[in-house]
Amino acid sequence: MKKFSWRGLSIIIFICVTAFYLAPLAIPNLPEWWAQHKLKLGLDLKGGMQILLEVDTSALSAADARGAVDQNIKIIRERIDQFGVAEPSIQKLGENRIMVQLPGVSDFQAAENLIKQTAMLEFKVVAQPDEAKRVLDTIDANINANLSFFPALAELDKLDKEIVVDTLNADTTPAGQGVFSSLIRPGEMGYEVSWDNVRLINELLADSLFKQAVPAGWQLALERSETATSREDRALHVLSSAVELSGADLSRAKVEYGSSTSTDPRIANKPYISIEMKREGARKFEQVTNDNVGKRLAIVLDDVVYSAPNIQERIAGGRAQITGRFTSQEANELAIVLNTGNLIAPISPASTSIIGATLGADSIKSGSMAGLIGLIVVMFFMLVYYKVGGFVTDFALIFNVGFILAMLTAFGATLTLPGIAGIILTIGMAVDANVLVFERIREELDQGKTPRSACDAGYKRATITVWDANITTLIAAIVLYQFGTGPIRGFAVTLTIGIIGSMFCALVFVRSIFDTFIITGTKKTLSL
Amino acid sequence: MRLMQNTNINFVGMRKIAYVISVILILAGVVGLFVRGLNWSIDFTSGVAAKVDMKAADSSVPPIMIDELRTVLKNNGFPEAEIQHVGPVDDATFMIKIKSAESKAEVSGDTKNVIIDIITQNFPKHVEGRDVNRDVIEEIYEVGPKVGSELRTNSMLAVVIALILMIVYIWFRFELTFGLMAIAALAHDVIIIVGIFALTGKEITIQIIAALLTIVGYSINDTIVIFDRIREDLKLRRKEPISQVINDSINETLSRTVITSGTTFITALSLYLFGGTVLNDFAFAICLGVFFGTYSSIFVASNLVIDITKATHKEKQAVQHLTRRK
Repeated sequence: MKKFSWRGLSIIIFICVTAFYLAPLAIPNLPEWWAQHKLKLGLDLKGGMQILLEVDTSALSAADARGAVDQNIKIIRERIDQFGVAEPSIQKLGENRIMVQLPGVSDFQAAENLIKQTAMLEFKVVAQPDEAKRVLDTIDANINANLSFFPALAELDKLDKEIVVDTLNADTTPAGQGVFSSLIRPGEMGYEVSWDNVRLINELLADSLFKQAVPAGWQLALERSETATSREDRALHVLSSAVELSGADLSRAKVEYGSSTSTDPRIANKPYISIEMKREGARKFEQVTNDNVGKRLAIVLDDVVYSAPNIQERIAGGRAQITGRFTSQEANELAIVLNTGNLIAPISPASTSIIGATLGADSIKSGSMAGLIGLIVVMFFMLVYYKVGGFVTDFALIFNVGFILAMLTAFGATLTLPGIAGIILTIGMAVDANVLVFERIREELDQGKTPRSACDAGYKRATITVWDANITTLIAAIVLYQFGTGPIRGFAVTLTIGIIGSMFCALVFVRSIFDTFIITGTKKTLSL
Repeated sequence: MRLMQNTNINFVGMRKIAYVISVILILAGVVGLFVRGLNWSIDFTSGVAAKVDMKAADSSVPPIMIDELRTVLKNNGFPEAEIQHVGPVDDATFMIKIKSAESKAEVSGDTKNVIIDIITQNFPKHVEGRDVNRDVIEEIYEVGPKVGSELRTNSMLAVVIALILMIVYIWFRFELTFGLMAIAALAHDVIIIVGIFALTGKEITIQIIAALLTIVGYSINDTIVIFDRIREDLKLRRKEPISQVINDSINETLSRTVITSGTTFITALSLYLFGGTVLNDFAFAICLGVFFGTYSSIFVASNLVIDITKATHKEKQAVQHLTRRK
């Protein structure tokens, strides 16, 4: 009759927990509640993208800033859900960082744009030609008076004057035209900027000093070009800065396709976004169109004019279209962003990593291969060197690897490539505790003790060393966890679990097998 | 089966030679550090690293030569780009690295897209018929300057904190002399390995920092097992000369030291040989760590304990000092 033993119970629990969490990996048709506990693979193994975003809360009050990050997370999550990513992970890191992980996403440019995109939608009235002329003249005058604040323009101005002197031909820069208007030229409708000057104009538009040079009540905005990289001239609009309607007035945005028979070349056969306004917005829209018949109304997204159609008559019903030579993907993304609302505080990516699915699959393959070879060699060695003792150790070693995978699953941690490296190294280190014990037992046997007492003495004397040796590795693993991110944490976690598992295996599991099966009765020898 | 049974190697007697070897290795490492410096990866310098597979779908298209790619990147504003082949030349897979610190063109959030554009526009034949995002680009990392410098500080801090915690733990468990000498042996290992990385020009990535910390934990483990035995033996054999007792302790634990180092080395080696390109340098660092960690545990740490206690204590007091109850 055997006594109840805590050791026996802990071994049973150890085996059951391991089996429970490993089953979903091996058995395909488990019930849902069980199968959902399946080991997750990290991005470096599965492929996908990871972006660390930094939220700039400097413009917000301390109270708003706290909420802003969480609000941003909510909006980003909504956008990603609509984009359709399986198992995305969006986490807050520290005070103002957000980690977004999108497994399996291969079109990373689209995904990144979707996350980063702000969509400040505004409707603004375009200035009449004479108003626009006045605005530009004022800007020229203001800039001429403060040329030293605009080094880029000052240089240009100097260059212009030199040309004038050189050629003695005053016509190249018409009298009265300032350095700013020399960058733009009259176009079909309004003004245009040639491709060479687009960058400079963009920089100026973002410059706060330049904004001061623009007379109050007005603003300048470039029109959208076909694609971000295309080298074409772009229209420049002078707009009334009053926001007639904004994204807040929007109730729904959706993508539609213009019929091929449409007379409007902007939408014929092309995707566009049709927007519906809330009741209040529709009323405002009606009012604006009523007051500005004959003028043009600019649809502005993030300070870029998407289109500026002529208002032919009062428009009731609160429907409008955003056209802008979109690809259907761009239109889809824009609709998502318009529907999910704007980020509360601007974000910028602090780091991005993209891992192709092929690389991930290769990593799993080579990682498992390395692990398997390492495991087989170590097991073979232990078997040869310690015979029965080695056999028991090998048995425990396999359990230990299973235990690491099971615990990762239980904690909902992900298995990363460094994590696999951690498991492989653990295989090498895990036998250490057993080696310490076995070597001690051998020494005791050499002194002529019986297997039973040699075993007891060996375990007793080796246990403290096992603790000492493992605690230091544990300290290193914890430091690693604290400082590391992503995959490195995965390594720290597997290392930690591996150390704990190997100590349990050596001091409890292997010992029990020894006590129960190997050193039975009055056997005189021990196969070690 | 038994190896190294009842060995009686005079490790203590060999200590002068060991010290000379160690000093030479450390000096080489330090010189390497000062002369060549460390090759920090973009994790720390910030910048962009991209691995691209440029093998054309159409097999009649000749593979891109590394110089072609270099010229194209140079002409498009990235003269400092480092380009390497990954795998065999026929695979036409390249690793392109642009580090912010060296690049005149400031690396920004769009640099990776610019590089992709450059590649697709200049090598249309090689990209034709393949999905750029899925097939051509194997991986891309882009690290902003803030994250990079933070990481550098954090990782140095992590190594230092780990070392301090080790001293505290060993001090708590052993006499301070043991603790300090264990750390000296550890610093010895870390300096040599970092030195080897400096001399070979291998990159210091986050993974290498992780490897260094693992080595810190591992190497001290070996040392502690020997120290444990030394303390135990010193208590039992108070009358005998310290150096004799310590030498016996090293011999008694030798088979364990060699076996554990051996199994760990086997797994690290297996990782190095079969673990794929991503883990290659990591496994290399661990292999070095296991090797030097074992060497320093056997030849440096315990021998330093002997020399230090001999310098500070008389023989009889020395035993008392080292076995003081904590």
